[in-house]
Amino acid sequence: MRLSTYILRRVAMLIPVLLGVLVIIFVIAYVIPADPARAWAGPRARAEQVQVLEERYHLNDPIYTQIWIYLKNVVLHFDLGVSPTTGRPVRDDLKAFFPATFELAMCAFFLAIALGIPLGVVSALRRNRPTDHFSRVIALTGVSTPLFWSALLLQFLFYYKLGWLPAMGRSTIDITRYTGFVLIDSVLNWNWTAFGDAAIHMILPAATLAFYSMGYLVRITRGSMLEVLEAEYVITAKAKGLPRKIVIYRHALKNAIIPPLTVLGVEFGWLLGGTVLLETIFAWPGMGRYAAGSIVMVDLPAVVGYTLVVAMIMLLSNLVVDILYSVIDPRIRVGGKRR
Amino acid sequence: METREDLLVVDRLKTQFFTYGGVVEALDEVSFEIRLGEIFGLVGESGCGKSVTATSILGLVAKPGKIVSGRVLLDGENLVEKSEQEMNRVRGSRIAMIFQDPTSSLNPLFRIGYQVAEPYIYHQRRPKRQALKDATEILAKTGLPDAVEKSRNYPHELSGGMRQRAMIAMSLTCEPDLLIADEPTTNLDVTIGRQILDLVKDLQREFGASVLWITHDMAVVAQMCDRVGVMYAGTIVEKTDVRTLFRNAKHPYTERLLRAIPSAVKSADKLEEIPGSVPQLIHPPTGCRFHPRCDHVMEICSRVKPVELEVEPGHMVACHLFGGEKEAT
Repeated sequence: MRLSTYILRRVAMLIPVLLGVLVIIFVIAYVIPADPARAWAGPRARAEQVQVLEERYHLNDPIYTQIWIYLKNVVLHFDLGVSPTTGRPVRDDLKAFFPATFELAMCAFFLAIALGIPLGVVSALRRNRPTDHFSRVIALTGVSTPLFWSALLLQFLFYYKLGWLPAMGRSTIDITRYTGFVLIDSVLNWNWTAFGDAAIHMILPAATLAFYSMGYLVRITRGSMLEVLEAEYVITAKAKGLPRKIVIYRHALKNAIIPPLTVLGVEFGWLLGGTVLLETIFAWPGMGRYAAGSIVMVDLPAVVGYTLVVAMIMLLSNLVVDILYSVIDPRIRVGGKRR
Repeated sequence: METREDLLVVDRLKTQFFTYGGVVEALDEVSFEIRLGEIFGLVGESGCGKSVTATSILGLVAKPGKIVSGRVLLDGENLVEKSEQEMNRVRGSRIAMIFQDPTSSLNPLFRIGYQVAEPYIYHQRRPKRQALKDATEILAKTGLPDAVEKSRNYPHELSGGMRQRAMIAMSLTCEPDLLIADEPTTNLDVTIGRQILDLVKDLQREFGASVLWITHDMAVVAQMCDRVGVMYAGTIVEKTDVRTLFRNAKHPYTERLLRAIPSAVKSADKLEEIPGSVPQLIHPPTGCRFHPRCDHVMEICSRVKPVELEVEPGHMVACHLFGGEKEAT
């Protein structure tokens, strides 16, 4: 089987998984002790108004009918419904908020990789020496500090005390939007002031978000590297008289990178999920804050739409990891033999 | 003791491992010499220090191990004193090693050809393309069928015997003066192992290298080696040429070891074993390390470490039975 066939098959497998996700959200929404229509209509709404909403959103129909109607709209019209709180189609809302979240998650993701993996490698190479202890403390702090707590601490220090970095928002300069990604748009506008402004706003939320993932990556990379450094093929490489750099960065690291890679796929989904809390703290105009607001308002169409998007990205990032696997390790050939 | 024909002289080598449980005295003043073009066998039970001897020679003793004292002279140069960088020019180039398990000793993520070519690239600075080409040539020399195609394979795509051939090819790339083979046939089928033995012997003749052959198998010793050192618990107890070893072994341990070989001719109903087990090297027995298991144990054996004595020309034995009166050192 070709790689392209494999990818197609994996993408096709998204369908049952997304269906499952959909059913679960609907069941949860169905059983929660809340009256969505009343919440949407507002505290002073008349019973008729509530009834109109209930009918429009099919809230009195059995759950399978609700799911069926939803599915039909998604598949036939790519329609995720209308958000009763914003009054706009959920699809348009998500499209508007997605780039901010994705940009933030990507920045945090690459920050976590750029710091986590080298720190893990250095930690393993300097096992039980001060450098190792230092990076292990950092890693442990990262994995054990709750997101909201490190966010508040960083805001307190860098915004309130030092005044170096802004604590809220995504940018203060208006530019023409092409992609919705501020960092990219500012470059496309050739507006470096706007780029700097966006970058400065990115630092705190991205660093906070990256902190946990980084700590986790350090630990995994360190452990994996320590194991590989004692592997017999590394001893063979040494016995061949290869330079230390080649032994470590070619023979050992290539093998040691596989476990951290596995984690990365899941980690990216976690980063996206982490934005729900983080965007609220940093007033980041993204999908996470949208989701948080929707949950409070029992805005079911918005919540379902958001969950589907996150689930899809999670699955896709795992697919990317699986493909990367087979690029690195010849023993793992996706979907059988490939020549 | 050193002669001009000695390629490698290991002189009172002492390697210890500093573990939490205490100091493991893995090698206790091990001395032997390997002459130009000969195959020197190192025999002994598991855990007697054969492999540590090999890694000590290469300067690759794993932490927390360390060479405490002694010298390793290659052509008169003391390898123990060399820096890591200087040793890297010796390893793989002048001394090469073949390991026991070719499966775990080859890197699973690199093609066979590249792994064989690496010494060419890093020792001889050949361009990569040329190195890869030369690698297939030396692979073919080790009898690997379809060497050109196989060199593009990954280790898991080859059989055990082919992998060991690749390991041998890798070790021969820079035409080393000394080849260390650490039980290279243990993990192979008997027939394949046999082919590997013949191969090493042929190549050794062709390349004119000396070989340090580490094994626990007396049959392999008989077939392969010119001279033999018998190791017990980190010491060399007897050292002689192969014929003498099998005809006129002196040390009680060697005797018992030879009697433990199964024979198709004699077909004794039960194989003799050596009573007791290999000692813990954290607290090795005092005096002669074999004395708790020895049939001929004397009072002096637990007190004084026996010195090596030449019982006949070229036949060294470290045992009080052959020089009890000399209590010195």
